[in-house]
Order: sequence, then C-alpha cells, then structure tokens
Amino acid sequence: MELTGAQALIKSLESQGVEVIFGLPGGAILPVYDPIIDSSIRHILVRHEQGAGHAAEGYAQVTGRPGVAMVTSGPGATNIVTPLADAYMDSIPLVVVSGQVATSAIGTDAFQEVDTTGITLGVTKHNWLVTDPSEIPQVVAEAFHIATTGRPGPVLIDFPKDIANARTTFAPPLPLDLPGYKPPTIPDPAAIEEAACLIAAAERPVIYAGGGILKSGATEALRALAELTGAPVTTTLMGRGGFPESDPRWLGMPGMHGSYTAVTAMQRSDLLIALGVRFDDRVTGKVSAFAPGAKVIHVEVDRAEIGKVRRADVAVNADCRLAIEALVGALRRLASERPGSFGAERLAPWTALLRQWKERFPFTYDRGDDDAGSITSGLAPLKPQYVIEELRRSTPDDAILVSGVGQHQMWAAQFWRFEHPRTWVNSGGLGTMGFAVPAALGAKVGRPEKMVWAVDGDGCFQMTAQELATASAERIPIKVAILNNAYLGMVRQWQHMFYEERYSEVYLSSDLPDYVRWAEAMGCVGLRVSSPEEVLPAIEKANEIDDRPVVVDFRTDSMEQVYPMVAAGSSNDDIVVHPSQAGLPR
Amino acid sequence: MSAAAGPVERNDDDDSRVRHHLVALLVENKAGVLARIAGLFSRRGFNIFSLAVAPTHDPRFSRVSIVVDVESAPLQQVVDQLDKLVNVVEITELHPDDAREAELLLVTVSVDDDDQAEVEALATASGGKVVDAVPGAVTVMLAADPVVVDDFEDAMREHGIVELQRTGRIALPKLSADGATDA
Repeated sequence: MELTGAQALIKSLESQGVEVIFGLPGGAILPVYDPIIDSSIRHILVRHEQGAGHAAEGYAQVTGRPGVAMVTSGPGATNIVTPLADAYMDSIPLVVVSGQVATSAIGTDAFQEVDTTGITLGVTKHNWLVTDPSEIPQVVAEAFHIATTGRPGPVLIDFPKDIANARTTFAPPLPLDLPGYKPPTIPDPAAIEEAACLIAAAERPVIYAGGGILKSGATEALRALAELTGAPVTTTLMGRGGFPESDPRWLGMPGMHGSYTAVTAMQRSDLLIALGVRFDDRVTGKVSAFAPGAKVIHVEVDRAEIGKVRRADVAVNADCRLAIEALVGALRRLASERPGSFGAERLAPWTALLRQWKERFPFTYDRGDDDAGSITSGLAPLKPQYVIEELRRSTPDDAILVSGVGQHQMWAAQFWRFEHPRTWVNSGGLGTMGFAVPAALGAKVGRPEKMVWAVDGDGCFQMTAQELATASAERIPIKVAILNNAYLGMVRQWQHMFYEERYSEVYLSSDLPDYVRWAEAMGCVGLRVSSPEEVLPAIEKANEIDDRPVVVDFRTDSMEQVYPMVAAGSSNDDIVVHPSQAGLPR
Repeated sequence: MSAAAGPVERNDDDDSRVRHHLVALLVENKAGVLARIAGLFSRRGFNIFSLAVAPTHDPRFSRVSIVVDVESAPLQQVVDQLDKLVNVVEITELHPDDAREAELLLVTVSVDDDDQAEVEALATASGGKVVDAVPGAVTVMLAADPVVVDDFEDAMREHGIVELQRTGRIALPKLSADGATDA
C-alpha cells in the first residue's frame, strides 16, 4: 500500500490503539496534520506545547496507557522539553512526535530548526530521528514498546518534513529487534527466598511502596503481602493510591512533608521492604542517617536504582507485581512449613507503637477556636487544609485529584485519602509548577466518567491557565480549586524558616489577576470563596456543573506553613511537627 | 550489591590503574550512539579517562572502550546506567588483571644529533618504531600495553615532546586455557 510518510505515521499510531493526541501544529509538522482530519484519533488542540505534554501525562497517569503529544519543530519541540523531563522523572509513558526541518536542511540553522534529539537525549528513555519513510511503522512500534515496558518513560520521534511528504510502501512492523533492550520480568527465585526469610525474621518491618506498584499493576499483590505479613505500609507521593488509605496498616506518606508516623517508622525499622521506589532525597532526608537500623529488600525493575542511593541486602531486579506475587507465594510456603513463625500477631508490639504515634501525631492545622465546628465561625482566616478536607468529603470515593507543585500539593497529599489506584496525579520528581491544569484536562479525557478536581496554587495556575480555553473549547469539564494565598507559598515558607523571614520576590497579590474574571474569559464558571462558611456551597455548586470547567478562587491564609517538615539535608530524626504537637512525647 | 567492590578491593601497587577501569561496550552502529554515551557520562557526573571507538568485524556493531575513573562513581552504577541505553547491547567490565590491553601512541620529539639514536633505541626496545624523521625531530609510533606506553611517554618527556597523540586504551578479555575467554 502506497502512502505518504505522514499517512504512514498516523496509520501506525492508529494501529497502536491511540485514541487521542494532544498537540499544536506548525510548519514542519504540517503534513502530518492533514491525515489527522481523516483519522479515528481525536486531536485536542492545546494553547501551548507544554500543555500538550502535561495533558498527555495526566492521560497516561489515570489510564495506564501511553500519552501521545504532537508538536512542531524548534520552539514547539523546546516547549515540550519540560513535560518530557517531568515524565522521565516520574516514569510516565509518553510518545511525543516532533516535526523537524527537511533532512536536507538539518544542520543549516534553518527556520525553526533545533537539534531536538540532542536536546531531549537526557530527558527521554530513547529517541529517534526518522531518516527513511519505510522505517516509520517500525520506529513507532519500537517507541510504544520502549515507552510502556520495563520502567516506563517518555520517548520522542523527530519527524522531518520531507519524510512526512515522501511516498512510501507501508508494511506493518516486523517483530521487534532490540538487542540492547531487555527489561527484566521474572524475579530470581533465590532472591525471593532470601527476601521471604528476612521478612519472616523482622520485628519492625515497613513496606515502603512507590510508583512501581501502580505502574506494574501490583495493588492487589501489595494488599496480599501486607495482609500476610501484617507489615505496615507507607506509600510515596508517586505511590499514593497503590494501597487503600482506610486500611489501618497504612502509615501515611513518607518524606519531607510526610506523616510523623511513616517517617519515624522507617527510622526505627529493622527491615524496609522497598517496592518500586528509588530512595528519593525527599524521602530519605540525609541518606547517611536514613533508617539506620534497617536491612533493605529492594524490588525494582530498573537495575540502576538498586544500590544507587542505599545498599540493598536483597536485590530483586524484576517487575514489581511479579516479584511481590512470588514473595507472597514464598511466604505462604514458609507459613505452612512453620505456622505462626511470622505475621500480624508477632508484630503486635511494633504495630501498637505505630498506632500510638498515629493517634498522637495526625496531620493537623489550627482550626481556630476550640469549640467544635468553630471553623465556620467566619472569624478565622480560611485554612487551605480545611478546603482540601471539605473537597474530599464532598467528592466521590474514586474522584481524581490533580495537583501542581508547592504547599498546595503537600496539603492535598496530606489531607486527601486515596482508596483507588490512578486517582492521584501530580508532578513528583521534577516539581513542575503549572502541571495541574493541563494534566487535569488530560486526566478527564482519559477518564471522562470520573470527577476530576485540580488543586492548584495561585503561582502554578498563572503558568499554564491558558489550557482552560482548551478545556472549554473541547468541552472537558474539569474543576480547579486555586488555593490562593497570594504568595509563592513554598518558597515563602523556606524564607520564613531558613532566611530569617526575609521574603524575597515571593509576593504575588491575591486579586491580581482577578481569577474569577479570568476563568469567565476562558469560558469557565468562576467562583470566589473568602470565608470558611462559603467553602462547602461553592464546592457543591462546582460539583453540579458538568458542561464546562469551573474555577474556584479560595482566598486562603497567606502565612500557613506545611507541617511536618524535615529540612533539606537534615536527618529524618529531626522532623519538625506542627507547633501544637511539639511538646508531645515521641 | 556494593558497587565495584570486587575488583577494587584487590591489591595492586599501581593505584591509578585500579582507579581506572576499562568498560568495553558493544553498541549498535546507529546515529547518535556516541552522543548518548557521552551525554550519560556528563549528566551523571561520571569521569571518562579515555575513550576509543571503532566498528567491529560485524558492521552492525561498534566496540567502545571506555576507561572510567571509578573514584567519580561506583563502577556498578556506571555499568547499570550504560546498560539502560537502548543502543548498548553488551557491557564487559575488564579489570587490568583479566585483560589484554593495548594503546597506540604517536609522539614527535625534538632531538639533536646525539639523542636521535637514543630515542630510536628506546623506541625499538619498547616495541615501537620511528615513522618520520627530519633534522631536529622524530616521530615515533608505539602500540603496546598501556604501562609500556606510559613509561615510554615519560622517557620521551625528557627529550622534549613537541606533539603527542594517544588513542586511549582498548582491551579484550585474557584467554583461558581451554581457548575460550574468561569474560
């Protein structure tokens, strides 16, 4: 069958099951936009290429399928570098197609030419420059395979204009021949046996579960492991939703703004069962002081993460789900050979201690007067945590929550409860401000039947709010809660704590811009909330609107801080709790 | 698990040789593969001491020999990160004791009438030869074990090196008794 390169590309994307592309056309990618008109693939026209990338990430995070974005050469390509870096850090499968100048013009500083494969080398799992139209089906097949297998990640296909225009005979891809790409799958049985023995012998184990749980579909396996061993579970920022948070074994999130119980449990643990995690600096604090008495079982599909930060006593380089299932099998055999040798009963002293910490050190904030219900007195300034709590109470169990980066992100992570996998979407590793609005849009496209709320900061919102015009035009009814504290709040918090309250360039203004009118200008419903008693009615009103996006400008307390906090570079032993808990025995 | 623990703990008088490990890569001969390797080293803060690249007998693949400074990063981490590059097909870590290493050197030395003969004699004794000579200067080529090349370079320094080019180390595993390689 003879096709143009552009047609071959679209046909290849269709055959990969792509249902939506987030993109924005331009000169070099023009030929590819023509066959899109006739394609079954829905194209969503974003207002900025960064939005296309984050939307594709949001889509991928909630569906588990690769997100696809398309941009033109030069600035189109450079604008999507941030989402690529974000997806690379958080192991999100993305396939980005970028236009490129004609092969004969490459290297001549042609109009809108940049070295896209060179620029994206360090922020993609792999990339390709297509130089022969007959390669297209093969390259696309390789791209989807690499993006979605092993440790998932973003890939980029750079697509020169003359290749798009060339005529080619379309042949379906051959079986993949990637001699240098063999992601591990099945765990080594000896390592699993060793891990099972360590678990059976542990007195203070902690399951430290991360994004690998969600990526490998291991939530059921994780629950079985926790049930069988009785071990408490902490889920990282990227692993949230991988374990039901109503389960009494759940300790909260670890890390710099994690729960006292999760952070301290790891410090006192004698065995970390690390599943699909990378010992991120935000989790470990000062590495040399992290979990000093713990042995480590490290289950991880990426071999390079094992031993990178923390030595593993038992390394299991395998698919997370297959490894946990094998571990559960090995432990069941152990249990039948030596009944009662391990399990919840043996861990009773440990879990009793953890329960005590959980009761003593919950996430908390100043709720105003001590009288019950005084939060609605109207006197207290509106606390951002209260907004999150009310939002959680007023939304379905399986609502999807998306956040940007900063204080609002941490409050969302602290005060939301996730019961289901793939209901929490945020920028973890890269910390990309402006992530929330476009990612929420992508999430809603991927899961149109679910309610999607974005919790955003006022600083973040201003970076990518233009995608609300996309959401309105494409009838994607997302809801955005701006926790508007008029500051770059997390930076202000650091200046408060570490720079003697010398606030440098962090004040933004609470009424400039006018978020309600801005929302309305973009075709959304805009609401404003200034006092606690207005919170619930506004949320209820927003929840009722399903034909357009809604933006709620919550004017929150400017000086609120995120607690607990482990200062950067400090030991997790030196966790600073909320002032109201400071005097409590630890 | 502790990275690079095995080879590094061996006793060896020559410290720099132990710090410098040779990693031999078999890579797909595709555009940009060298940029991927070099980019990985720079963004992860790994130090390359030397690098040699050329196609193998099979034109689909090239052999890349990298001498890595294992002080800059644990060897295991360097190997694991390299292994993630899609175009890297095979990685062999070669400790100097387990490898046959070689390096090629070209050096132009300024000489007067007296020491020209001495330079020629040194070159011959080391297994090299004079490949160019004019009054006042000679160019010597030497292909040998890197230690021999180091010693020869030191000796030439006393005569006055005008220009020097080394290729970087290449290596293959030592043969074992049954004819197969150890690696």
